[in-house]
Amino acid sequence: MDPRLQIVAIAGAVGLLLVVLDMVRRRALMERYALLWLLSSVVILGLAIWEDALNTLARQVGIVSAPNALFFVAVGFILLLLLHFSAAVSRLTDQSKVLAQHQAMLELQVRDMQRAQAADEDDAALESLLRSGARYER
Amino acid sequence: MLASRWRATGATTGYVMPGHAGEPTPSEWKTATSGRGRRFRRRAAPAADPTMPTDIRFNDLGTCLAVVPAYNERDTVGNVVAELRRETPQLDVLVIDDGSTDATAELAEDAGAQVLRMPFNVGIGGAVQAGFKYAAEHGYDYMVQVDGDGQHDPHEISKLFAAAQGSNRVDMICGSRFATETGYIAPISRRTGIHLFAFLLSRLLRQPVTDPTSGFRLYNRRAILLFARDYPHDYPEVEAVLMLHHNRLTMTEVSVRMLPRGGGASSISSGKSFYYMVKVLLALFVGLGRRRAVPEPGEAAPVAAEHGI
Repeated sequence: MDPRLQIVAIAGAVGLLLVVLDMVRRRALMERYALLWLLSSVVILGLAIWEDALNTLARQVGIVSAPNALFFVAVGFILLLLLHFSAAVSRLTDQSKVLAQHQAMLELQVRDMQRAQAADEDDAALESLLRSGARYER
Repeated sequence: MLASRWRATGATTGYVMPGHAGEPTPSEWKTATSGRGRRFRRRAAPAADPTMPTDIRFNDLGTCLAVVPAYNERDTVGNVVAELRRETPQLDVLVIDDGSTDATAELAEDAGAQVLRMPFNVGIGGAVQAGFKYAAEHGYDYMVQVDGDGQHDPHEISKLFAAAQGSNRVDMICGSRFATETGYIAPISRRTGIHLFAFLLSRLLRQPVTDPTSGFRLYNRRAILLFARDYPHDYPEVEAVLMLHHNRLTMTEVSVRMLPRGGGASSISSGKSFYYMVKVLLALFVGLGRRRAVPEPGEAAPVAAEHGI
């Protein structure tokens, strides 16, 4: 592998690793979503530094040029991350649906209670009005 | 007057699954509770009582809730509610306003319905499931689903109830446009899908299913509890039939007349028909491989913070 490419790959992987760790530190990224990012940056970093492993991998899979094996691994991780996000979005969709249903039912309950309360207050007001009217007559 | 209508509509097209016509025997109980993907425990239903009068009325069947999902249906929802209250005053009417941007909720309320307002559009599946949850929470014995677009004739609800009363063991009764000749012709794009689903479900359930996309349905308490726990998302009707079957609940169909839409647009435009078909097919085939549709108490929550990948 061309040393220039190796330097770029190492710099990229280290940069990614640092950004992910910093985001976790700032609580901008939850640990459960950070794990896959960390794993992918560490593996890419490892393959970029340790050329023998990359060459072995390329031979085993049948890739002629070793840098392509690096891209191959990187693309694999990207697909994995995307699937991970689709799963997360599905879960959030389901959670927001459940919340919406719950909120709608609570809101209906509150409205019913308010209506009943207003009716009670009207009755009480009417009653006191009638009572005061009776007093005037007397 | 009601009674005569009951008697006039005796014929139903479906039948109860073989092996479940009577009370479950102990061995059936075992398979019902331990079989793969069939974990919904059957509450022991009363055996058919031969002394039961044939001209039963709504009230004798228990309390019933009419659920009307509506999304931007201001032209029709008032009429649907008013008609439901006039034709079937025994039913409580609950309109589910699925995040409408028009006056659907207000019009439904003015017509005398309870209105469940979803905070945003959750889709037909989520909206109807809110109805199941409401019915489950308020202890209704039956729930009938009626579309908010005026397609379903409240007169025909009595036919659904007649079928419910005919057999204690039927958990869902579907109003079908195709069970007998009713003069209804769907657009070709939609017809293909409907017939394909009908064919597949008939094979899977080993009983005739002619109109699996119909949303005109009556559910008993068992079905209400099942669907309150889990109901499909996007185009739920077809999948719901399969879910019901997987959980060893039964369904039957009754021929009903449907009216042309009173206004508004269908949730499924013709352009989306193909997408609809593919999505439901995927759901059907994936649903076949699902170990169980609904988690049992004590199992992992269906929607949990942890995840697989």
